Parts: sequence; structure tokens; C-alpha cells
Amino acid sequence: MRCLKIAGRVVRQVVKDRRTLALLFLAPMIVIFLLDVVLTSKVGKPRVMAVGLPADLQTAVGQEAEVTVSSDLSYAMEQLKKQETDAVLMYSKPNVTVSVEGTQGSVTASVKKAVAAAVGRYSKDTASKEAEEQMQSQKEKILRQLQDQLRALQKPGKAESSTSPALSAPETKLSLSMTGVQYSYLFGSDDMTAFDSIAPLMMGFFIFFFVFLIAGVAFLRERISGTLERLLATPVRRFDIVFGYFLGFGVFVFLQTLLIEFYMVGVLHIALKGSFLLLMAVNLLLAAGSLSLGTLLSAFARNELQLFQFIPLVIVPQILFCGLFSLRGAPEWTVILSKIFPLTYAADALQNVALRGFGLESVWQDLLILFGYMLLFLVLNTLVLKKYRKI
Amino acid sequence: MSQKTAVVVEGLCVRFGSREVLPDLSVSIPEGRIVGLIGPSGSGKTTLVKTVIGTNRFQAGTVTVFGRRVPSLEAMNEIGYMAQNDALYEDLSAWENLIFFGSIYGIRRRDLLKRAEELLDFVGLADDRKGTVRNFSGGMKRRLSLAIALVNRPRLLILDEPTVGVDPVLRRKFWDEFESLKENGCTILVTTHVMDEASRCDRILLLREGKLLADGTLAELLEQTETGNVEDAFLKLSGVDAAEKGAV
Repeated sequence: MRCLKIAGRVVRQVVKDRRTLALLFLAPMIVIFLLDVVLTSKVGKPRVMAVGLPADLQTAVGQEAEVTVSSDLSYAMEQLKKQETDAVLMYSKPNVTVSVEGTQGSVTASVKKAVAAAVGRYSKDTASKEAEEQMQSQKEKILRQLQDQLRALQKPGKAESSTSPALSAPETKLSLSMTGVQYSYLFGSDDMTAFDSIAPLMMGFFIFFFVFLIAGVAFLRERISGTLERLLATPVRRFDIVFGYFLGFGVFVFLQTLLIEFYMVGVLHIALKGSFLLLMAVNLLLAAGSLSLGTLLSAFARNELQLFQFIPLVIVPQILFCGLFSLRGAPEWTVILSKIFPLTYAADALQNVALRGFGLESVWQDLLILFGYMLLFLVLNTLVLKKYRKI
Repeated sequence: MSQKTAVVVEGLCVRFGSREVLPDLSVSIPEGRIVGLIGPSGSGKTTLVKTVIGTNRFQAGTVTVFGRRVPSLEAMNEIGYMAQNDALYEDLSAWENLIFFGSIYGIRRRDLLKRAEELLDFVGLADDRKGTVRNFSGGMKRRLSLAIALVNRPRLLILDEPTVGVDPVLRRKFWDEFESLKENGCTILVTTHVMDEASRCDRILLLREGKLLADGTLAELLEQTETGNVEDAFLKLSGVDAAEKGAV
């Protein structure tokens, strides 16, 4: 088996090349760690300045944000401009006007959330207070009527004439005011961070990206150094070369995938509802596809720089369209394009397994498609080598 | 004694894009001879050599190596090839490179280990067998390339400028080895710039702009051109004035 000889050589080469080893195993760890730090850090309570808020409302806001009270609106706005405060809350009956700086989405979102929560709490308190008052007044009313009737009963003779109006229940209108919204989660949970929801995609993406780069560069180096041509001067079959490379790098890609998954699940504790092994299967198939794609595309690059030029063309669109961003409102062609990309199927399967806990029965199609892509790229690469040798 | 042919090239046409590197070439190489392929850079030497091996696609004509139409994996099994640039795995040691190529030829492990020892001994790299190729000098890389070209005991040895960057002592050693290989029945096709190497060839092919200017022994060549050495003969055949001599 000549492909095994080639695979063995590739393994030996990678082991001796410290930089490639480091890039394979350390680089994804570092990037994922940094991403985790950035995405799981919360904005915290927003800082707001209250200008003339009713006391109750101000108390409610105080529970959701750090409130500074000011009586000077223009001073408050000045502070907002300097980003010393995140928002200015001003009450002008019957509305609360919230001013925000507005360039930082996460800050704006946290202000909005805090204000919504405070207003919700405020109206709930007010409503329940009203309801309580209403209840109290009704109780008193009924009590009074009962006392009247009692008094009437104590006067004999007069009793029959009384048509006991008090016993007909008093018409009370208990207005049902909505006091809050409760969310129920089909999947996921309230405390899921931004990192949690994109973590499976990130895992897939990093595996895809790093494998693509390293496999592409390595095969390209074989081409540039002339060893590929030298190898083709031996009685080795083209497919043996392609498959040998695939197997040799496959060893490291397997380890890398294992490491990334263990790291994300075991160390960073990303949400994993489904099976660890199934997630591994998706990742490995994705990595295999990326490995074969990298070696294939290296055929169309004359040097490393040209290979890197494929990143905006081949890698970036896949990230944009794989499901990281919703394509619901995007034009139709983006959806069609996303269907061509292997990463889309991997992303779908990864999310279904990691976040929704689905099993093989719901992701087998994705797995099959990924396997198909891998085969396709391997065969294409073998055909591309015809450029050097017809047989 | 009937002369067997190792390589037959007929009506070969090789184009790269619109450029015809070899327009229409026919040549045959007899078995058991050292044949020198001489010509200026860009004359098509390497293209011809690669076509004979089977790693170059051609547009027309036929190439046969030991009776097999090229490209043929069986023919490749009998060819040893030393490329112009040292196609070596720089991250690996000399030993690992040699063993790898040997295993690709499907040589059995035990034979291969013995063969590798012999070859490293022969090219004088026995002490550097564990050394990483990246740290080798140019001459050491050439020697390793030669060892790799010989690993499968080829019947046809194709050497593309084997002595570039090789010092005179080693160059002589290389040529002594070529001659001893020839004694054992090996056919050698060697391209060179160095004219005095041509004098050690049994036959000389002069190539210029993809056309064969001359094909014969050194003596025939000198007689035909009425010159005293290969260089002058080459210049005369190329139609270059004596004043432009330095250009070759």
C-alpha cells in the first residue's frame, strides 16, 4: 500500500516541523479561549442618569441599573456624550424618554433590557397595588352590606318586605391587568451566553479553517519543492498520493479535532445537550472535507500567498452563510449559496447535536453530505494531478 | 551485435500554452550507453527528459521506454530520475528520504535497508545519514538525489544536470560511477551544460530551440563540424559567430 508509505512520511514530516505542530494544536486553543473570554463577559448593570423620574419608577430602575440622579438635563446629556453614563432617563408625563449614546449595540441592548425590566416591575407593583386596593374596598363593601342585613333581621316584621338586595352579589369589575411575561425555552435556557449559542459553530469553523490552511500549505509545499513531481516520476498512482496525504494529515486532524472538542466541552463548558460522540463524528467529517478541500485548492495556487487569497473567496462566505447569522431576511441567492457550502451542513448538525440534543436520526443527512463532499474533493484532487501525469 | 534501444521518441510535440517547446522531435537512445543531451537553457532538455519519464503531457507523437508506451507505471519502475532541483523532503533525514522513495518503488524492507546502506556509502553520506536535509550543503543534496535515483536499480537512469553545484572531485566520482553503471547494462541519459562532460558520453544529442541539431559520437560531431572541441562544434552548429562564444 503505497498510500500508507506516503501517509507515514507525512506524519514524520509534521512531527519534525514544530511550527506546524504548534499551529495545529495551540493556535485553535488560544483563539477559542480568547473568543470565550470576550463573548461570555457580560456588560454588567448599565449606568443611567435619572432626570425627574417619579420616585417609584426610580426605585424600580435602581434595581436594574446604577442610577445617578440629576436635575440638570443638559448636564446629563453632556455626560452621555462623554460616555460617562450609558443612558439618560427623563420623565415627561406620561412617557419616559430614554437617551442613549447609540454606537455600541451591546450597551444599548443592556440599557433597553434594564429599562424594560424596570418599567415592567414598576407597572406590576402599581397594578398589584391597585388590585389590592380594589379588593380591600370590595371586602369592606360586602362587610357593610352584611352588617346592614344583620341589622334588618334583628327588626322582626320587616323582614319579609326586604327583598334582600344584599344577597344579589355586588357587581364587581376586577380588571385583569397583565403584570409580566414568562418565557419558556424549548431548547437552550435563560442563562445561555452569546458564546454558548455560537460555540458549536465556532468549533466547526475553527476545525475547518485550521485544517484547510495546514493541509493546503503542506500540499503546496510538496508542489513547490518539486517533490510532488519527483514522486510522480515513481510508479505511484495519483490517488495514492492524494489519499496518502489525506491519511497522514488525517492523524493530526483527528487529534486536533479531539483536542478542540474536549477543550470546548470539558474546559470551557459549552452547552452540550446531545451525544459527545455524535458531535465528534460531525467534526471529524467536517475536518476530512476541509482537509481534502485544502489540498485540492492548493493545486490552484502557485505560492502560499495565493493560497491565502482563497480565504476571502472560499472560507469567509462559508462562515457568513453557515448559520452564524440568520439568512431569514437575506436575499434568496445567499440561501442557495449556503446550500453549496459544506460548512452549512456541519453547522446545522453541530447546532442540532450540541444545543438541541438531537440524535443521529436527525443529522444523518448532514453527515452523509459531508462525507460526499470529502469524496468529491479527493476525486477532484486526483484529477487535478493529471496536469502533471496522464496516468 | 544488434543494438537494442531503450528509448524511442517519434514525432514528439510538446506545447506550453502557445509556445512550442519541442515542435517535432524524433530520436532513439540505444541501451547500455551514456547519452549526453546538450543545449543552452530553454532549449527543451528538461522538457524532453520529463516527457520520457512520463511526468510531462505532450500534444503529439509517441514515446516508448523499453517497449512500453509512455506514460506507463511499469516503465517508471525501471527509471531512476535525478531532477534538476533537489526534490528532497527537507524536514526529513537523508536516511528517511532514501527509505521513503525506496518504499514507494515497492522494494522489500530487508533489501531496501541493505540498498540504502550501500548507496549512502557510495555517495559519501554514511556519516550524515541522520542529518536533516535542510542543513545539508548543495553538494550533499545532489549526492543524496543521486542515491535516490539509484535506489530502484534502474535500467534507465535519467540525470538532469547532475553535476551543477558539485565540486570537481565529486564530479569525477559521479562520472566514474556512471561509467560503472553502464558496464552493468544501465542506460544513462544525462543533460549538461558542461561541455567537457560531453566528452565522456558515448553519444551526444545537441538540442537547440527544441530541434535536434546533431546526434552522434563525439568523433563524428567534431568531424562533421571540423572543430576541435564540443563547445566549438556546438557553436558552429548553432550558427553562432565566434565573437558570441562567451554567450553559451
